[in-house]
Amino acid sequence: MSRIGVAFDKARADGRAVLVGCMPAGFPTVEGSIAAMIAMVEAGVDVIEMEIPYSDPVMDGPVIQKASDIALAGGVRTADALRIVDTVAAATGAPVVTMTYWNPIEQYGVDSFARDLAAAGGTGLITPDLIPEEAGEWLAASEAHGLDRTFLVSPSSTDARLKMTAEHCRGFVYATAIMGVTGARSQTSEAAPILVSRLREVTDLPVGVGLGVGTGAQAGTVAGYADAVIVGSALIRCLLDAPDQAAGLTALRTLSAELAEGVRNPAR
Amino acid sequence: MSTDAAAPAGQLPDSAGHFGRFGGRFVPEALVAALDELDAAYRKAMTDEDFLAEFDALLRDYAGTPSLLYEARRLSAQIGARVLLKREDLNHTGAHKVRNVLGQALLTKRMGKRRVIAETGAGQHGVATATAAALFDLECVVYMGEVDTERQALNVARMRMLGATVVPVTTGSRTLKDAMNEAMRDWVANVDSTHYLIGTAAGPHPFPEMVRDFVRGIGVEARQQCLDLTGALPDAVAACVGGGSNALGIFHAFVPDTDVRLYGFEAGGEGVATGRHAASITGGSAGVLHGTRTYVLQNEDGQTVESHSISAGLDYPGVGPEHAWLHDSGRATYLPVDDDEAMAAFELLCRTEGIIPAIESSHALAGARKIAPQLAAELGREPVIVVNLSGRGDKDVHTAGAYFGILDKE
Repeated sequence: MSRIGVAFDKARADGRAVLVGCMPAGFPTVEGSIAAMIAMVEAGVDVIEMEIPYSDPVMDGPVIQKASDIALAGGVRTADALRIVDTVAAATGAPVVTMTYWNPIEQYGVDSFARDLAAAGGTGLITPDLIPEEAGEWLAASEAHGLDRTFLVSPSSTDARLKMTAEHCRGFVYATAIMGVTGARSQTSEAAPILVSRLREVTDLPVGVGLGVGTGAQAGTVAGYADAVIVGSALIRCLLDAPDQAAGLTALRTLSAELAEGVRNPAR
Repeated sequence: MSTDAAAPAGQLPDSAGHFGRFGGRFVPEALVAALDELDAAYRKAMTDEDFLAEFDALLRDYAGTPSLLYEARRLSAQIGARVLLKREDLNHTGAHKVRNVLGQALLTKRMGKRRVIAETGAGQHGVATATAAALFDLECVVYMGEVDTERQALNVARMRMLGATVVPVTTGSRTLKDAMNEAMRDWVANVDSTHYLIGTAAGPHPFPEMVRDFVRGIGVEARQQCLDLTGALPDAVAACVGGGSNALGIFHAFVPDTDVRLYGFEAGGEGVATGRHAASITGGSAGVLHGTRTYVLQNEDGQTVESHSISAGLDYPGVGPEHAWLHDSGRATYLPVDDDEAMAAFELLCRTEGIIPAIESSHALAGARKIAPQLAAELGREPVIVVNLSGRGDKDVHTAGAYFGILDKE
């Protein structure tokens, strides 16, 4: 079983959901992003989702776009991102899953990326713009190197596509809570619980819900029906809005702890 | 003309939108249902006589097609080839783009959607979309890079007059690719009510195939007009290539005519060697951008590199996947034309024929000028070249005036 599967089993035994926290590699700097991810785990984040920045992130809202631009302007490269996985996984022991758009993977070389991600201790890859129909090379590479595959499903996915997509996933399935891009919202989605229950009909894999979750209360709501709560923009904003790194890390720890509390108090 | 304008031809792409190793769908899952819906509506429309009749009538009565094929004798004498200009610049809204926009707007109505969004670089596609939205009573939002809203202020005003909302895009390089990102984000969020009216033969399946089929009337017309005028097919067909819809539009009917050479001229900007260009095939490499696999301007890590061209409409770091395939298969030849060459051709057409071309189309003219001597040598006679004059130059008067230093100080 993958390390991320262990995290899900442990959380399930504790009667709670897994908290997944996202951070772009190299934001605001390589060192800064490592410090941020370590701080998140120390404050209660179970799984790190490290986004490899991409110049044209069409599934991301303004916060992640801005963070990605800062990281890329700082010169972060795919090889740096893989080193960050290695460092964070070794320092925290927490599962580190990567997320990125398809072109950076294709240019690195699909099999080479899978090999190097596995060697760095990464658990798998979330692919926001890769659907299973186009994923032949990735299916083979992830098999060869023992990596998890997380494709996205959406409220607009048909039942047949939910089943097909879940069948191609390993580790967990990513359910996008709303029709839209990443970014914290004031209300949690009404579509998400429906989507998750439709998924339960077709798969036994754990289901993570992301998009729009930013507070402990929202995390508790989502934890009421999902196996993992995925938070990105709200955490990244802690660093974007802070006057300096120390203040940013403090805010990040505070929010991480609040979210960790939230997933331990699922609304049922 | 009749229903030929929209008749799908050829076996490519396959049912998943692949042209060999190019094309396909690299999109968030949230868009798949909408792309499937669009694909079904488009395939149904292509065999629906009512749809085809309505499309043909609009093209004829509203857009003013078939456009003329005009023999440019004074230009011909200057460049050593018999040049036939496909006058898409005379279409309503001033470019070939109206053909695609009318086709997609009709489909939008058929899908029961009430809102269209579009990206635009030079503003020509935005104006065409705003025009169709006015005609079909659709809400219209156009995303345009902030840099482009400044260099194409006239087209921004035109879109607003037509009732469209123009949203300046301030992310990334603030040009066409960023406008496309922003339109995709809007579409992901509003896909139930909204059709994304992509302006070129790029993007995820079925857009490259569908847009090609809506504009392929250009080549169908030009082929027959050339036969009528000269008694034979042309030796070569020349078009500019940004995303590549005007080029595919004129190429497609000629693809089976293997004696007809097809030339696509990419924007060489300040020269491909300088790195400041928009020549994705000549100076790029295979990758994924905006939902499709094609040639892309990118660095080693797959990050998109900013494109440069004096022509806002060609200033895009990708190209439609069918062009990538036509290049790989050798059926079409793609060559760069730099800013100075394009502007020299712009001036030449103004002075010899009294026609002010779009700077985009000036790349095709410059390309024809470049290949003429070689073609003449190969054939041992004056070659016949059909050039797609894809748009008129009114929108470029400011840019061209500044380039030639002929504007009075304000």
